[in-house]
Amino acid sequence: MKEVIDFISQPWHWAVSGAMIALTLLILTLMGRSFGVSMTFRNACTLAGAGKKYAFFDVDMKEEWWRMAFVLGGLVGGFLAVHFLRSPEAVAISEATQAHLSAWGLDYPAADSKGLGFVPTTLFNFSSIKGIALAVIGGFLVGFGARYADGCTSGHAITGLSHLQLPSLLTVIGFFIGGLLMTHVIMPLLF
Amino acid sequence: MKNIAFFAVGIIFGITMTKSEAISWFRIHEMFRFESFHMYGIIGTAVVLGAIALVILKRLQVKTASGNPISYTPMELRPVRHILAGSFFGLGWAITGCCPGPMYVLLGQGYWIIGLVLLSAILGTYTYGVIRHKLPH
Repeated sequence: MKEVIDFISQPWHWAVSGAMIALTLLILTLMGRSFGVSMTFRNACTLAGAGKKYAFFDVDMKEEWWRMAFVLGGLVGGFLAVHFLRSPEAVAISEATQAHLSAWGLDYPAADSKGLGFVPTTLFNFSSIKGIALAVIGGFLVGFGARYADGCTSGHAITGLSHLQLPSLLTVIGFFIGGLLMTHVIMPLLF
Repeated sequence: MKNIAFFAVGIIFGITMTKSEAISWFRIHEMFRFESFHMYGIIGTAVVLGAIALVILKRLQVKTASGNPISYTPMELRPVRHILAGSFFGLGWAITGCCPGPMYVLLGQGYWIIGLVLLSAILGTYTYGVIRHKLPH
């Protein structure tokens, strides 16, 4: 058993990871649902009562509880993976990225206080005004953009592209236009 | 009862996202700098395998648990909207290093600051719902 746990605890190869995501997509499809996470944000608005004022949030939650159960599972899965299937070392990002981040004052992997290489907590933490501002602005753009685009990475980049949808391809191109602009033009002005 | 099954699939998803490192801000940053193949490999493999499997399942006329054929309701093609909306999302994705799925996964790992990202994302979605009639669609 220990060998199995140790084996799974290694960082997964990208092909294994991709196959597991495809499996998630297929299981949800066969269960009669379309894989997409960002709709949970809209559901949160609906649960907070936004449907009374705006028809956009007047969603039949009976059709949406499965998604809330799914993301709650994602949360628990993250907990389990990090406590019981923890990788022996931090994420092995490329040396080029490490050198570039050092120049920005984000020494890798020390920039993540948990030592996992998942979140730069020296930047994103509750005592950094800059970090809080970036977390709020970034989160807002993700939530706004996902609904405007009618889907996020799971809905468009995985589900939509797997169904060979042109609107999803254009949306994913948009993801990269925004992401490249932020990474190469805006962020260098902030660091 | 059925939601327990979705919860279970969610657990697999959470573990997959963690072990794949797709939840890492550093991996996303590296992806946008084209300094590693890792994220492209993950998304590419998922899409290629997903597309092949869906074609086969559709050919075999496999029914879903609800008894319906596998189908996808296409979005109306609106290039300006897709590119513009996607760009907003991409700007946020590159700052936070996490898209919606990873937000939940990271929260489960005790990165509490991501709770702030999640709340702000909900506020962003609310804002879209309020001003959507003023946006080009």
